[in-house]
Amino acid sequence: MTRKTIEVDYLARVEGEGAMHVVIDDGAVTACELRIFEPPRFFEAFLRGRDHAEAPDITARICGICPIAYQMSAVHAMEDIFGVRVEGPLRALRRLIYCGEWIESHVLHIYMLHAPDFLGYASAIEMARDHPELVRQGLRLKKIGNDLMTLVGGREIHPINVRVGGFYRVPRRRELETLRADLEWGVAAAEATVRWAATLDFPAFERDYEFVALRHPHEYPFNEGRLVSSAGLDIAVADFDRHFEEIHVPHSTSLHARLRARGSYFVGPLARYNLNFDRLSPRVQAAARAAGVAGGCRNPFQSIVVRALEVLHAYEEALAIIDAYEEPAQAAVDYAVRAGTGHGCTEAPRGICYHRYDVDEAGLITDAVIVPPTSQNQPTIEDDLRHFVAAHVDADDARLQWLCEQAIRNYDPCISCSCHFLDLTVERR
Amino acid sequence: MNATLCLGIGNRFRRDDGAGPALAAALAAHTLPGVTVRTLSGEGAGLVEAFATAPRVFVFDAVASGAAPGTVHRIDAHAGSVPRGFFAYSSHAFSLAEAIELARALDALPATLRVYGIEGSDFGAGEGLSAPVAAAVAALVDEVVAMLAGAQAHA
Repeated sequence: MTRKTIEVDYLARVEGEGAMHVVIDDGAVTACELRIFEPPRFFEAFLRGRDHAEAPDITARICGICPIAYQMSAVHAMEDIFGVRVEGPLRALRRLIYCGEWIESHVLHIYMLHAPDFLGYASAIEMARDHPELVRQGLRLKKIGNDLMTLVGGREIHPINVRVGGFYRVPRRRELETLRADLEWGVAAAEATVRWAATLDFPAFERDYEFVALRHPHEYPFNEGRLVSSAGLDIAVADFDRHFEEIHVPHSTSLHARLRARGSYFVGPLARYNLNFDRLSPRVQAAARAAGVAGGCRNPFQSIVVRALEVLHAYEEALAIIDAYEEPAQAAVDYAVRAGTGHGCTEAPRGICYHRYDVDEAGLITDAVIVPPTSQNQPTIEDDLRHFVAAHVDADDARLQWLCEQAIRNYDPCISCSCHFLDLTVERR
Repeated sequence: MNATLCLGIGNRFRRDDGAGPALAAALAAHTLPGVTVRTLSGEGAGLVEAFATAPRVFVFDAVASGAAPGTVHRIDAHAGSVPRGFFAYSSHAFSLAEAIELARALDALPATLRVYGIEGSDFGAGEGLSAPVAAAVAALVDEVVAMLAGAQAHA
């Protein structure tokens, strides 16, 4: 028997610590594991016994790149328990800060983490020597996302201004106006990013995924909607546990999520885009048509194009929110604490982030469940690797390893969130 | 535009990680002419942008390299690459070391870029510096004020 192994002991350009291990026996893939060895972080246990009002600030610490997703899912779950509706300008400000997070996170991934894969560089720093204008554009696009987060959230990393019912302080209209010129530049630069991304060489690779995302009656989803899928799932967020389960696998400190009925599924930009194309603005749809992905996109390597389309959407949306903004009379809706169970699910940059809390009559958390996007995508990433390696089994090891790492980065995995990742081992035998 | 920019990097709510912000606050209190003092989180894109705003930039950040607490590491960014993993911060690994190398690749390093890494010992939750770090910050403030005042006198 001829055995070949491909090992990456420590994956680069992903957040957190993980490894990849692939075994090829006589030309057939017999093992394919995304090994997550970052220590478990026990956030759900930390939350028990804490006040409900602490949940957004505690869960924000799960991730340095998508804290808003955790804050938003937490506040929506608590508001579900207390029967609070946040409407008008406060709701718009929640969408605005989410625009900031999508911009920061997506632009970092497009320009710093994924572009080097396509252009043949080991890092963005090496890429910057040959493509300085491209990198400068990325840095400015990201910085504007940071500025948006700082203005609405109080600071760019782990914002401190989000609370159950709204915010601690709301921005003045004139403060938001200071961002207008940068956001207008960003719309044009995001369109240029879509055009550039569409020119990249994409490995031919498509599978029959079940895409899962939120769907809202009128909006491209951030905070609200029903959970829908490309296979016909259409449920309220509160029914998440009935349709999804988390299981433990020995090679990962992160739980794997599965649809109880059908197994692995796909969350994130491609899922949102394929399920919500009709909710994008005419300008984003036109950019998608020009990029050749308007009919839907099932090639995860093209996720860089879809991420760029979502950056364009976020810049346009941020401008629209600022245009319509009227300063609210109070920064948060008043509410009364009561015991109960609440569910929240919002669209983190990497996909749906589900929270469920039980609180007692004093507002203390008695139980918490958090399902981050990367643990939901992990089985799909492993399935992708298995199919991709099988189709490229004759490629030389260095090329195969490069493409496998790229295939993992298609998902912009956030291992720190999921264990709550990466070394690659390919073993040929 | 002031010719000199002093950047304090860190989080004052994480004990010794607040060394950079504490040093920036102390420098700001001296109101040195021609010197801008700012505090930043250490996020890479913001750092690259800040480097472009002055020809002379001094960066103050906490370090966890294993040296004795309070040790001050002095790094001239033009003399060579900054060791990665030296500065305890990561948001998808785009922090001070990567920002300096990215600025170098973009030919956008200020004419002078000096990094002062202050070795910390306690990065737990809470405000206030450990005694060796507080002493190192006080001594470094005196050194930098004297250096900047000397530069003004010679200007």
